[in-house]
Amino acid sequence: MSVQSPISSVNDFVVRFANVNGSGSASANELFARSILRHGVPVSPRNIFPSNIQGLPTWYEVRVTEDGHLGARGGVDMMVAMNPQTWDKDVASIEPGGYLFYDSTKPMPTSKFREDIAVIGVPLTAITNSTYTDPRQRQLFKNIIYLGALCALLDLDPKLVEQLIGEQYKGKEKLLSSNVHALHLGRDWALQNLKCPIGLRVKKSDKVGDRIFVEGNSAAALGAVYGGATVCAWYPITPSSSVAEAFTSHCKKYRHDPETGKAKYAIVQGEDELASIGIVIGASWNGARAFTATSGPGISLMTEFIGLSYFAEIPAVIMNIQRAGPSTGMPTRTQQCDVIACAYASHGDTKHVLLFPEDPAEAFEFAAAAFDLAERLQTTIFLMLDLDIGMNHRLCRPLKWDDAKQYDRGKVMTAEMLDEGRDFGRYLDVDGDGIPYRTYPGTHPTKGSYFTRGTSRDRYARYSEEGAVYADNMQRLVRKFETAQDMVPRPLQANAAKPTKYGVLYFGSTSPAMDEAIGILEARGHQLDRMRIRAFPFHSSVASFIADHDFVYVVEQNRDAQLRQLIVNENGIDPVRLVPILHYDGTPITARFIANAIGDHQDHLKVTPLRKAVT
Amino acid sequence: MTYIAKPKFHHPGLKKNELGYTHRDYEGKISTLCAGCGHDSITASIIEACYELSIEPHRVAKISGIGCSSKTPDYFLGNSHGFNSVHGRMPSVLTGANLANRDLIYLGVSGDGDSASIGFGQFAHSIRRAVNMTYIVENNGVYGLTKGQFSATADRGSKSKKGVTNTDNAIDLVAIALQLGATFVARSFSGDKTQLVPLIAAAIRHKGASFIDVISPCIAFNNHAGSTKSFDYVREHNDAVNRLDVLVGRDPISVDYAPGTVQVVEQHDGSRLALRKLDADYDPHDRLGAQTFLQKHAAKGQIVTGLLYVDPDAEDLHTHLDTVETPLNTLDEQALCPGSAVLDKINASLR
Repeated sequence: MSVQSPISSVNDFVVRFANVNGSGSASANELFARSILRHGVPVSPRNIFPSNIQGLPTWYEVRVTEDGHLGARGGVDMMVAMNPQTWDKDVASIEPGGYLFYDSTKPMPTSKFREDIAVIGVPLTAITNSTYTDPRQRQLFKNIIYLGALCALLDLDPKLVEQLIGEQYKGKEKLLSSNVHALHLGRDWALQNLKCPIGLRVKKSDKVGDRIFVEGNSAAALGAVYGGATVCAWYPITPSSSVAEAFTSHCKKYRHDPETGKAKYAIVQGEDELASIGIVIGASWNGARAFTATSGPGISLMTEFIGLSYFAEIPAVIMNIQRAGPSTGMPTRTQQCDVIACAYASHGDTKHVLLFPEDPAEAFEFAAAAFDLAERLQTTIFLMLDLDIGMNHRLCRPLKWDDAKQYDRGKVMTAEMLDEGRDFGRYLDVDGDGIPYRTYPGTHPTKGSYFTRGTSRDRYARYSEEGAVYADNMQRLVRKFETAQDMVPRPLQANAAKPTKYGVLYFGSTSPAMDEAIGILEARGHQLDRMRIRAFPFHSSVASFIADHDFVYVVEQNRDAQLRQLIVNENGIDPVRLVPILHYDGTPITARFIANAIGDHQDHLKVTPLRKAVT
Repeated sequence: MTYIAKPKFHHPGLKKNELGYTHRDYEGKISTLCAGCGHDSITASIIEACYELSIEPHRVAKISGIGCSSKTPDYFLGNSHGFNSVHGRMPSVLTGANLANRDLIYLGVSGDGDSASIGFGQFAHSIRRAVNMTYIVENNGVYGLTKGQFSATADRGSKSKKGVTNTDNAIDLVAIALQLGATFVARSFSGDKTQLVPLIAAAIRHKGASFIDVISPCIAFNNHAGSTKSFDYVREHNDAVNRLDVLVGRDPISVDYAPGTVQVVEQHDGSRLALRKLDADYDPHDRLGAQTFLQKHAAKGQIVTGLLYVDPDAEDLHTHLDTVETPLNTLDEQALCPGSAVLDKINASLR
């Protein structure tokens, strides 16, 4: 089918694979993304999948982006349409001039296509059926065959793909050779029967550098290993399960005593989220670094214990891989919707520390730092990832560790300190920072023991329901939270090229889309200073940033502008000055969305662009 | 719970145990429970058992949930760290604490409301995980703190103080513990200290999940006619299968026992349990037999007490997880952090 103006682009396009869950396409699709990376061209892939094991539609989108824009772009330049169930929707999502790749074994009526797209048919089923007899082989190798055809169509170097297959099936020669054979079946067919390459092409480049390609959940789990976590208690829940699974895998590699082979860690799959956080709190109370990983519904279940952690002042680390809520919501779709639930989790007056990493590299850093913070502050620390970072491979800077770093175990009174005659009051604010000393169980035969409880008590941990004693304790907890302000990662600010009265606040996985959106807006003449919030409690520079601008956009991936609410609530800011930019359909936020939403608002405000838009 | 500490002075001639501690060193704060509460008798038995075993009081971590029973850890081992957690969640907190430091002794104290209702799941899972602990349920069949509602261990047909008949079936925590694989299971009565003290001592020495259900009448709300957890009822229906002595180290077996009526169970730590059989046919090594025995007697309205099951070769959670002998809470950066060189290799593998 001929199209008047097919998209022509080198190293800058989006390919989306539409598959059926359970068809074994995931590894072939990921191989495609990695192959492009081996060409030195950055990619940003995303899994879009249902909360179902088999049969429902699943998509895998690869953004090829020489400019390094790692956010979702929106729109599809080439659709590899392997799922009849979603055909109409898939065809409709192709950009004008884009390409439709499909299995042409059974001819499709022209009414099923669009006139403004190029249709590329490869008889995948016919090829597999004539080559393989085993039904599972037919299914699996069909995926490799379409990968082979794409190699020809997009001008991918087959040797680089073969190299990757070789790494994947190292030591499994039979699988290796059969996969390479399937790859060439597809490639050869395309070269012989189609006009190759098409307008979308991959050309070798050097834009990847030393960056690594890793999932946020795996990086966070590695951060827990480096941060000294020895106890992990968890309960399976999408999209957080792979944190605990990765922690298990990392520990098996790096945490066994070389002499005895015994484990320097304990991992328990709890019977539920309540038990998981209970185990974490028990372990932390007893001086181990412990964490759990969960998602929104898990946070709901854990809130009673989180309140105990806050009030009894017991360290805990919770990695919350956010998904679309409320209730069961959309378990396999991304959002940043647990900000309020985590910031104020549990009954009574509570406030908790939240960390917002932007990518796997920060997930690693913040995860490791969370254990220092938890012990230093003796409270729960939330690492707030989301599905978009957690379950997708993301290109990021290499992970770094300073070998000189020592763990900050916080204020722990030892037997020696007690013997020196130091006054030990479990809830005594010795240093004026709101943080008391604690002792580990078993420290001293006669000194330093205390009773931990969720009920009100005095500075020496003695049960008391006296109003003044309770209020004194609650005020100290506020002081402690203020202390936390200077201990958590500070926000990062970047100013626009030209002076502006407008700013934008954002956090977490919105980061790459925001980076790109700023460029788009600048091209349209809209200058924006920006600040990426990396933690709660908010540093004082957040309030200053807002004060310095007439309007500040707050970009987030939830319906109710939860970060904005928190900023207004905590800083007493006039809500009118904070303009919410909200994306919450479960897909990752895109630069297009941000740029359009802010651009429209600026237009509405009749903001005169500083220079004309570049078209 | 109270902040009133007991006076520290005591008679200089008080008997000392092997470590030089007196009985007073194992006491805690003054109890605020009702006078005559069965729980206070259990507290006294815990104190006695720890004294007799010459345990260093500060090497015990005592953890509880919420309720009358869960207040009691404040009343014993005043030099130990205690943790009054949240309702029914003692087992998970204890499990975590145990994982952090395998060298301490873990005493979990709970109640029937705590363990048989909201905490039923955590009770079950801590048992099946074989956490090395002594899990004591102070079982009075009633919610005392909220003034007399039936708990899940109240027997069907028993009457509340207000005269209401319980129509729900009771949960027998001993039967459940047996079924879930507890390796030390006992039932006792707070009014029978002679039986209870050695049971607690033996449970503490046992490596694995030890469970003791102690019928502990609530003097205020469940000690009336029609209750099956009252002092009178339990005394009338108690059927003890054995009497226990714990022999630590080289203690000789008492000559009081007639040959053939004593069964000695040797545990891994060298301690020996001398079981004086009252029921000649009862075999405390037969898990299935114990379950059947229990149910047959329950059907007759009898409360079976004593050491009902023990596996002297039990393993614990740390064995199953194959963790290092060094307590996890003492491992430092050098032991835990793989370092930058390893990270460089990891980075290289991710390109």
